[in-house]
Amino acid sequence: MAVYEDWSTERAAQVIGELRHLEGATMPILHALQETFGFVPDPAVPLIAESLNLSRAEVYGVLTFYHDFRREPPGRHVVKLCAAEACQSMGGKALADYAEDKLGVAMGETSTDGAITLEPIYCLGLCACAPSALVDGQLVGRLDPQAIDEMADAFAAGKSFGDA
Amino acid sequence: MKSPRIFVPNDATAIACGADRVAHKLEKGLSARGVTADITRNGSRGLFWLEPLIEVETEKGRVGYGPVTPGDVEELLHAGLLHGGEHPLCVGLVDEIPYLKKQTRLTFARVGIIDPLSLTDYEAHGGYRGLKRALELGPAATVEEVVESGLRGRGGAGFPTGIKWRTVAAAEADQRYIVCNADEGDSGTFADRLIMEADPFCLIEGMTIAGFAVGATRGYVYSRSEYPLSFVVMEKAIEKARAAGLLGKNILGSGHDFDLEMRMGAGAYVCGEETALLESLEGKRGLVRAKPPLPAHKGLFQKPTVINNLVSLATVPVILDKGGSFYRDFGMGRSRGTMPIQLAGNIKYGGLFETAFGISLGELVNDIGGGTASGRPVRAVQAGGPLGAYMPVSQFDTPFDYEAFAAKDALIGHGGIVVFDDTVDMAHMARFAMEFCAHESCGKCTPCRIGSTRGVETLDKVVTGEKREQNLVLLRDLCHTMKLGSLCALGGFTPYPVLSALNHFPEDFGAAPSLPAAAE
Repeated sequence: MAVYEDWSTERAAQVIGELRHLEGATMPILHALQETFGFVPDPAVPLIAESLNLSRAEVYGVLTFYHDFRREPPGRHVVKLCAAEACQSMGGKALADYAEDKLGVAMGETSTDGAITLEPIYCLGLCACAPSALVDGQLVGRLDPQAIDEMADAFAAGKSFGDA
Repeated sequence: MKSPRIFVPNDATAIACGADRVAHKLEKGLSARGVTADITRNGSRGLFWLEPLIEVETEKGRVGYGPVTPGDVEELLHAGLLHGGEHPLCVGLVDEIPYLKKQTRLTFARVGIIDPLSLTDYEAHGGYRGLKRALELGPAATVEEVVESGLRGRGGAGFPTGIKWRTVAAAEADQRYIVCNADEGDSGTFADRLIMEADPFCLIEGMTIAGFAVGATRGYVYSRSEYPLSFVVMEKAIEKARAAGLLGKNILGSGHDFDLEMRMGAGAYVCGEETALLESLEGKRGLVRAKPPLPAHKGLFQKPTVINNLVSLATVPVILDKGGSFYRDFGMGRSRGTMPIQLAGNIKYGGLFETAFGISLGELVNDIGGGTASGRPVRAVQAGGPLGAYMPVSQFDTPFDYEAFAAKDALIGHGGIVVFDDTVDMAHMARFAMEFCAHESCGKCTPCRIGSTRGVETLDKVVTGEKREQNLVLLRDLCHTMKLGSLCALGGFTPYPVLSALNHFPEDFGAAPSLPAAAE
């Protein structure tokens, strides 16, 4: 499970400062901020805009265009289940229903206790060992209900999936 | 005694199936036995049903064991894994496995064989011979070599790569760019990923050759957040190439400078479209640009840009090394060379199969792929990703070739084939195609942005039987508009999966089953 820093303007300015020299720096900066804080909160927008000499609207436009960028903190555990065709051909949809039920959170949402975020993802390139998932940043293939059960147990015990 | 060399793959598929735990178990098992062995983390051979596939170097060649679970390791060591000993998981000499032996690996020649991050391994297996030959030939002759090879864009559009390069080389500019499109978003594809994770220097060499050929000094690889491992491996490889003087100033004493950088997308499928990708690289929303101007004239930051699919660029080294005519002699018709075909979904032997164009779809799915993983009959395959047509078994005689597929209203795309068994609901898949388009549309053009949402609604009405006939007419009309009126392939090709599902599997859309006699 990922551990993020608390939002701080100074820290954000530092992250932005390290990357602002890049050509087309907006995306690398947004990725770096999300990696640092777990999401890109609204106060980051004017900071990026000022640093890159862009309008706030432009930065906001980029931030909201891409599915990956979060404007709210994610759950402590993030489960991304592949929803694309190859995983569907191996029963991905039924598995997603099972995961919603077992993990107690609807697809695309974060559980009310902030424990788990469950999201669809469109293709991890693990199409020959479907269904697949990205669980707290770890790739998992040949997913089955048993693996979902283990995931739920691990999360309940405060561990990451796959920790012995 | 020479310590045995053992290979445990570390591409994303192998790791997703437990290769790291297997490697760890193996290390522990060996040290408990007091054996010092050299465990190399190779890329994957692309025989994914066997992953994790342990290989051991023996006098006869590399002997494989797979698929290995961490729990199998002790037993394997006991059975004499280090000497290629017998075990039910033993698959014999890996090079002799028919799946691999039947392939023609040109682009993927080193994949799975070498340590991806060893320049020594890379060069020992023919690496950098292509660049050296290009430097001897000079830029113009390098471009002509690629033209001669007949290589066409492997991303799906199939535009001749050499012609693109010629255009960029001829464009007046103070700065030109090489951009690698590694935004491999199509479900059922993993060829780009495999190159990045198993033979990253091949891509670096290809891009360096491209830079030399067209006079570009900067390059970008635009990859995906869904490929976290590829990104890490590529960054390491770039660093190593830089340290070895293979990127940066005055490459191999040629006087030519070239350097490249990795960039990561952020979950937008449309950024696989070349102009949206360029916008994203510039730090903007991934909105598709109207063409012309072509990226070859006004691409990244309005400068002439070679933007090629990763597989195209990774094929350049072998073309330069062995010559354009060598490559051109593989294939059929206007589809020259080889294509890495990716067998995926509900298939028994899923993996990468590189072969000359011309092999039939049925041969790929049944003979090579072994039919479905579920053991049920194959009902349909989707070729070419989410924008590709669903093809029924009656079209399995279609040869894998750009034009032959196009003649059947299908496309080979990036070479992915996703197999579905007879439990698939084709109306659901048609709806998914529209839904995916709605989810991923950049929103710039109306047919795609609004048409996809109307498509979902109309399909729902067809399936529930609400004014079925009228809504089918409406759906076809909508598809026609999307096909002809969309700015890019996202809206323009979404009708392919929708209409093919409807035409070949009308019974799933609430119609009476079509009679076999009427099918042809």
